[in-house]
Amino acid sequence: MYKAEIYITLKEGVLDPQGSAVEKALHSMNFRGVQEVRIGKFMQVVLSADSLEAANQQVKEMCDSLLANPVIEEYTFNLQEVEK
Amino acid sequence: MKVGIVVFPGSNCDLDVKYAVQDVMGHEAEYIWHRNKDVGKYDCIVLPGGFSYGDYLRGGAIARFSPVMEAVSEYALGGGLVLGICNGFQILLEAGLLPGAMRKNDNLQFRCQNTHLRVVNSKTPFTNACRKGEILQIPIAHSDGNYYADAETLKELEDSGRVVFRYCNPSGEPTPESNPNGSVNNIAGICNHGGNVLGMMPHPERCMEEIMSGTDGVKIFISMINFLEGGGGLE
Repeated sequence: MYKAEIYITLKEGVLDPQGSAVEKALHSMNFRGVQEVRIGKFMQVVLSADSLEAANQQVKEMCDSLLANPVIEEYTFNLQEVEK
Repeated sequence: MKVGIVVFPGSNCDLDVKYAVQDVMGHEAEYIWHRNKDVGKYDCIVLPGGFSYGDYLRGGAIARFSPVMEAVSEYALGGGLVLGICNGFQILLEAGLLPGAMRKNDNLQFRCQNTHLRVVNSKTPFTNACRKGEILQIPIAHSDGNYYADAETLKELEDSGRVVFRYCNPSGEPTPESNPNGSVNNIAGICNHGGNVLGMMPHPERCMEEIMSGTDGVKIFISMINFLEGGGGLE
């Protein structure tokens, strides 16, 4: 079994209204050092596959086809073998 | 005109579209369950508004993998009329039948209000009953209608007349104040290369009778009927 930890973020340059709102809230709470907030998604997918490489390929396909929208988002993931 | 209305789990404007087509326009409309793979017998397919699959992940992201969508894609690529309204527009974007993507409204609000729309292209199967530059009033109701396309795609859309509607003020100017969600270039609706696929965030089916506080939605359906009867659109 493998566990993928997937991070999906908006591409650089794509406006993030949620991030901007949170950034303003942090400023109003006196976190004056805050330069930027960007909000994304974190997903955990546990899957079975024949090898780490096969699992890697599957997760990549999942991200490309469904989990991320390539028009506005990009993704990274960590993959590790886990006990059943 | 025989309209097929796709019903996804979570669609909620399917009844309104059926009422608009059947009761107001006097034409035929049937529901197509999302598991159905045959859409061939209709003159037009409508992807209605709502919250298909609870908008989980992203609006339209899961619906686009419904069995019916493969048939809708084939139908669209074959030149069939496809109208995506609100969530239906999001589904068309996710399915790649139209370019771009939706972001959260820049004001982070769910906007449920009337909007003024400028008809930028009146030569489509969905707008031929309008004058170019005509100002329509059609309501919106969404929180993810902030249209985005990269600069290159945007230029292509603009240059080829595929921006069909723009949010504007009552005099027809696309000002920042009249933009309810932050969409690039005030875009409210776009069509594909062929002009036979239209995605729009505003809901024409919600302004079909005086009692609904407006009747401009009728023009969209009249245009479709005109087109199907050989009367206009797609030069």
